[in-house]
Amino acid sequence: MSEWISSLSNIHEAATPPIGINRREFIKFCTGVAATMGLAPAMSLRIAEAATKPQRPPVIWISAQECTGCTESLLRSTHPTLEQLILEHISLDYHEALAAGAGDHAEAHKHSSMHENKGRYVLVVDGAIPTKDDGIYCKVADKTILQHVREAVTDAGAIIAIGSCAAWGGIPSSGPNPTDAKGLGEIVTDKQIVNIPGCPPNPYNFLATVLYFLTFNKLPELDDKGRPKFAYGQLIHENCERRPHYDAGRFAIEFGDEGHRQGWCLYKMGCKGPETHANCPSILYGEVGSGAWPVGTGHPCFGCTEQGVGFTKPIHELSDVSLVTPPNSFTDIFQTKGQGVSVGAAALASGAVGAALGASAVIASRLGKHEEGTSEPQQTD
Amino acid sequence: MSGYQPIGGKLFTKPFNLFALLALIGICLIAYRFIFGIGAASNLNDGYPWGIWIVMDVVVSTGFGCAGYALALTVYVMNRGEYHPLVRPAILAGLFGYTLAGMSVMVDLGRYWLFYNLLLPWYMQPNSVMFEVAICVLAYTVVVWIEFAPAFLERFGLHNVRRKLSKLLFFFIAIGILLPTMHQSSLGTMAILWGHKLSPLWQTQLLPLLFLMSAILMGSALVPFEGNFASLGFNRPPETHLYSKLSTYVFLLLGSFILIRLADLTLRSAWGYAFEQTTDALMFWIEMALYIVPFVLLFKRDNRSNRQIIFILSVCLLLAGTVYRLNTYLIGYHPGPDWNYFPSIMEILITIGMFSLEIALYLIFVKHLPVLHRAEAEAA
Repeated sequence: MSEWISSLSNIHEAATPPIGINRREFIKFCTGVAATMGLAPAMSLRIAEAATKPQRPPVIWISAQECTGCTESLLRSTHPTLEQLILEHISLDYHEALAAGAGDHAEAHKHSSMHENKGRYVLVVDGAIPTKDDGIYCKVADKTILQHVREAVTDAGAIIAIGSCAAWGGIPSSGPNPTDAKGLGEIVTDKQIVNIPGCPPNPYNFLATVLYFLTFNKLPELDDKGRPKFAYGQLIHENCERRPHYDAGRFAIEFGDEGHRQGWCLYKMGCKGPETHANCPSILYGEVGSGAWPVGTGHPCFGCTEQGVGFTKPIHELSDVSLVTPPNSFTDIFQTKGQGVSVGAAALASGAVGAALGASAVIASRLGKHEEGTSEPQQTD
Repeated sequence: MSGYQPIGGKLFTKPFNLFALLALIGICLIAYRFIFGIGAASNLNDGYPWGIWIVMDVVVSTGFGCAGYALALTVYVMNRGEYHPLVRPAILAGLFGYTLAGMSVMVDLGRYWLFYNLLLPWYMQPNSVMFEVAICVLAYTVVVWIEFAPAFLERFGLHNVRRKLSKLLFFFIAIGILLPTMHQSSLGTMAILWGHKLSPLWQTQLLPLLFLMSAILMGSALVPFEGNFASLGFNRPPETHLYSKLSTYVFLLLGSFILIRLADLTLRSAWGYAFEQTTDALMFWIEMALYIVPFVLLFKRDNRSNRQIIFILSVCLLLAGTVYRLNTYLIGYHPGPDWNYFPSIMEILITIGMFSLEIALYLIFVKHLPVLHRAEAEAA
């Protein structure tokens, strides 16, 4: 704790906030980024330092078969805003959608940056990479994206595949896949790639990863699919705001039904939350308050961050639940607590007991008579 | 050659017809239960998942079935060969008690078709008392059929097999003594697990011991009960001299049972519950009276050779065991506010049918298999 306080007092000397943002907002941003990654609050100091380095890290962004959704969602982040990010924190040296220059000019700038920052630049790829017919189905500056990527990968300091398309192929790779589109990981197999899947991915998962890299000069901890664990370590199902409905067996069955209007669990409408890893329910989307994420708005999760689920399974198909499967039926809340005694049953029961006792009494009395008659021979037994 | 022989005679007598009819009604209703489900046939609910099918047909019925166990204990463990004539009918009682208990469990099981899972080693949970009871009752049912097998083998003239079985029978008799000791006490353990749901009048850590003792008492009482019915019904000379000797053991055991029961109630300060105006208290006193009356009757030595009194006290002991088990498993069991249970007509008819089936089968068995001892020869 004391470390945290002293770090705050030192922060003015250590990290001067960038122009256009007051100090308070800046520290809030850095602390927020640290929290997103599950780091100690004191780490915000190092993030602030890294984010204000005079030498901004160069970023080369290559777009393949994509819809620009990843960029669009990044444009709408507010802390930092994209312009803050690219003007203050990073040096976005090449990005087809955002570049000021065009044509040969842009291409030349890219090459000079890659040359100058050999081994230091961050390569970001969005979109799936077509491989059929040597990748001729997606070309920029007279070269296939396949060539661009292979070229850029060679000297990259870090490689990030943003969006489901770059991470594992996404929608272009789902059947029938006419261009034989593949994720970056299938093209580049000899280098570690950080995958930020999602359609689009939450911009903060991307920003947090970039800032982690800037801060510690290494990649965050990744899972077996190359996804940062801080963002993709848990199932959506585990933190879902509708989870209590699932556990209690309250399910929406179709859009607009009573359960759906009540905000019940969407599992039976095909929600893929139980098999999709992402932090959507925790960090939400668009910064407009609670409920701003697919499940929050009433649509089942379709599993965009999970290979083999998003764009592969039909939206209405039930997800495979790896944790607890809900039972087919639930006990009524209002149960009959017993029917009580019916006249017939009481009569029958007492009749049966009476008959048994009566029979025993008859036998006993007959035995008594028998006893008197045969008491003598008894002794000879 | 053993001294047992079938008594023969007409099968379709009036009592047989009556019990066969009741058994038939029971079987029809069991069919109804299997077609329409437990809910349609019974008053069982989530508060009372066990009704009379379990309490009467299993817990009480196996208590009666402990006749074979009690006799085996006396004859083979205490080495009292003179009671040998009583063994086979006693084993027969065990045979019916346990076989029909097993059938009743199948009637009571909601998902009976999964029953076989009990026997799959990878599903076994040896720390579960329910598992212990289930596997023990199942095993004992098999053992008791083997113990009774000589009657079949003699009847059908398979003397070779009979001789071979005789050499192995001691092993099964040993198991036949071990198994009821285990599961009859476990029936008590099961009730311990209900904790505060069971009235303090019955809830005690001594339940396993009390259940074991009550089983032996019920089993011992069934022998003179059944014997007197048989001697009267089939005009056979009574075996009172054997019962009177047996009654000494019963007297001692009954005395200990009552003593432990009273001491336990005192030490747990549970007497207050016996003086409330509740069904629990009423049933407690009925149960106590049914245990104490035979004890008082047995005090007088003359009574022990009086046929009528022996019969009365055997009835008392059987009722006492029944009421004790009924109290522990149903009357004194309170699952929570508002829950109540009284068996439905169908439930009662199925239970009556089960007991009637036992009696009808008993009549068939003693008439056609060498079960009862060749008494005439002895008496003559």
